[in-house]
Amino acid sequence: MKTFSIGGVHPHDSKISANAAIESFPIPEVAYISMGQHLGAPAEPIVAPGDKVKVGQLIANANGFISAPVHSSVSGTVKGIETIFDLAGNPCKAVVITVEGDEWVETIDRSDKIEKEIKLEAKEIIEKIKECGVVGLGGATFPTNVKLSPPPGKKAEFLIINGAECEPYLTSDYRVLLEMPEQVLIGAQIMMKALNVTQGFIGIEENKPEAIKVMSEKAKAYPQIKIVPLKKKYPQGGEKQLIDAVVGRKVPSMGLPIDTGAVVQNVGTALAVYEAVQKNKPLFEGILTVTGECCPMQKNYKHRVGTPLSKIIEAVGGVPETAAKVISGGPMMGKAIANLDAPTLKGSSSVLFLTEEQTKRKEESNCIRCGKCIEACPMGLEPYLLNKLAKGHRMDDLEANKIYDCIECGCCQFTCPAYIPLLGTIRLAKADVMKIMRSRPKK
Amino acid sequence: MKKLLVSPSPHIHGKENTRNLMRDVVIALLPTVAVSIYCFGLSALKLALVGVLACVAVEYVIAKFMLKTKVTVCDYSAVITGLLLALNVPINTPWWVLVIGSIVAIGVAKMTFGGLGQNLFNPALVGRVFLLISFPVIMTDWSVPANTLFDAVSGSTPLGIVKEGLAQGMTLSQIYAENNFSYAQMLFTRIGSAGEISAIALLLGFVYLLVRRVIRPHITLSIWGTVFVFSGILWLCNPEQFTDPIFNLLTGGMLLGSIFMATDYVTSPMEPKGMVIFGVGIGIITILIREFGAYPEGISFAILIMNATVPLINMFCKPKRFGKEAK
Repeated sequence: MKTFSIGGVHPHDSKISANAAIESFPIPEVAYISMGQHLGAPAEPIVAPGDKVKVGQLIANANGFISAPVHSSVSGTVKGIETIFDLAGNPCKAVVITVEGDEWVETIDRSDKIEKEIKLEAKEIIEKIKECGVVGLGGATFPTNVKLSPPPGKKAEFLIINGAECEPYLTSDYRVLLEMPEQVLIGAQIMMKALNVTQGFIGIEENKPEAIKVMSEKAKAYPQIKIVPLKKKYPQGGEKQLIDAVVGRKVPSMGLPIDTGAVVQNVGTALAVYEAVQKNKPLFEGILTVTGECCPMQKNYKHRVGTPLSKIIEAVGGVPETAAKVISGGPMMGKAIANLDAPTLKGSSSVLFLTEEQTKRKEESNCIRCGKCIEACPMGLEPYLLNKLAKGHRMDDLEANKIYDCIECGCCQFTCPAYIPLLGTIRLAKADVMKIMRSRPKK
Repeated sequence: MKKLLVSPSPHIHGKENTRNLMRDVVIALLPTVAVSIYCFGLSALKLALVGVLACVAVEYVIAKFMLKTKVTVCDYSAVITGLLLALNVPINTPWWVLVIGSIVAIGVAKMTFGGLGQNLFNPALVGRVFLLISFPVIMTDWSVPANTLFDAVSGSTPLGIVKEGLAQGMTLSQIYAENNFSYAQMLFTRIGSAGEISAIALLLGFVYLLVRRVIRPHITLSIWGTVFVFSGILWLCNPEQFTDPIFNLLTGGMLLGSIFMATDYVTSPMEPKGMVIFGVGIGIITILIREFGAYPEGISFAILIMNATVPLINMFCKPKRFGKEAK
């Protein structure tokens, strides 16, 4: 079975919410729709307090090339354009809407019928995806239309759909693969048309045999798309690792996936593309896993973007007594939530509760130079050395040792027997080194 | 309102920690300790206990009263040093000699550099070599206490016998015949320090360390490979002058050193290519000392010499990076 070639770790997969079918989460009374739901500049609101909006109506325009428009996820009256706090506690602009009913924009096709025929041409598809505010749902929330338009001189050869879901606990992609396999396949086919490629792969880790089975069965009707079972290993869902695992090509240092001819999109993104192009539905809903051993209920919710996290947490009985940390995303790369009132975003993938025993950092001891961090690093770096150099602020040496290649997957810190917070130090130093590198005049 | 933890990712940690890794090394040494007690009786147990207690005590006193830092004797690393030191000296070594060795091993070779993880040289080996140079008679007295398995045998280790015999102008076949050397005997029990007598027990420990993923095989295997090839070439050139490769692999501290001392995390390279260079160096130096040097045994010196090259090796042997250099 295929997997990526360097490093990686094997955290327990803990997919305890895997059997919870997707449920629609109730529409909140007030929705807080953030303007910063994508990588790049925040969107610019085009509604004013008092305006009536419908579900799916455009409420903010993209603000630059790397940016995405935002649509209302609810119907009702705009209460105001307010500054709210995101889950990390940072201020951000949001359109606050008082919900009245659930009235959708008429152009959205709300039927359950699966639209197989792709009527739009490549250019129109990309335009549609852009209009609908589709962004990558694998974590980075990079505008999808930009990724589907390779820069001049680069040519896409194939599309890879990321169904690895290598982070422990997360099951939203798994549920989408099980419950909406056709939509994912059509979404992939649409993107292949947009990229003008005839080869598509869907990589799925072996710990999801049901998904592999269902997808392989459905994919028979799509001869251009191949289902690729992958060995379970973290971080297989990292873009560079996935391309290596599926087609055996390596993205060059400082390069882009397109340099290998690959475009990678997430399962959730494929679904969003299907809904945008075939159903005319902008991206304002998402699938969110609510899980954790200490959580009494395991859920996979379809939520309206802008639902306060606190509402979702209330629905599963509040923050469990024994929970010590609430995480948005997976336990390896997710963000600890500081503000439980923050709203969900397009890219929200989970609310994970961990107990103190599961998550509390142990006291750090001396590095014993065991080399386990080197063995674990999927980019072939030397985390122990980067940590040491970072503490001495040796920027040139950090650059020479390729700190900029770090994908911040956390394998080094996960594996360190001395409990050294390697990634913490490396992440900060990497930002500094990148700043220095960017400030240099281009040749 | 309940307070929640907030910290950057990753939010979970693997099961491994320093203490468990070190404890696994202690477990891997247990078969060897058991065989030594079986062969030498209670004096072997006494040596092991003295070594462990002395090393732990020295580390405790230095950390607590001299450096006034956090005491980390619970991490088992001093236990390993004590055990290895005890397994490295002749069975008749007086307890106070072992205590001196422990003071040098922990006090000089480990704590002066800053404690666990900071030392350049393997502490147990520094202790052993210090004793070998300071107490040459005690450290080469291989006679066996009365009423033990080795009652009938006394005198010298196979390597010592060979060295002596060659010095007297005998050929190897004469020496072998006179001393009834056999591989079978070398595999299970032979004269030597407590850590040298049983190849089987040491190999068992090696397998345990590999299965538990405590060490990687690169260093040990490259030492064995180099010893086999290098001593094999010499042996083919002159079988009456140079001992054969199997003999070299099974005798002396070769197994104890290559499995437990050369693979010490702190004093060995961190990357596979570096590990191989390190192992090859140890193999070559060991055979050079054994075949051409004054001492019958050389792996302790070989490991210490190569320890000194580790920072350099780490600097030059970089892991294979992901992806080609950007244009």
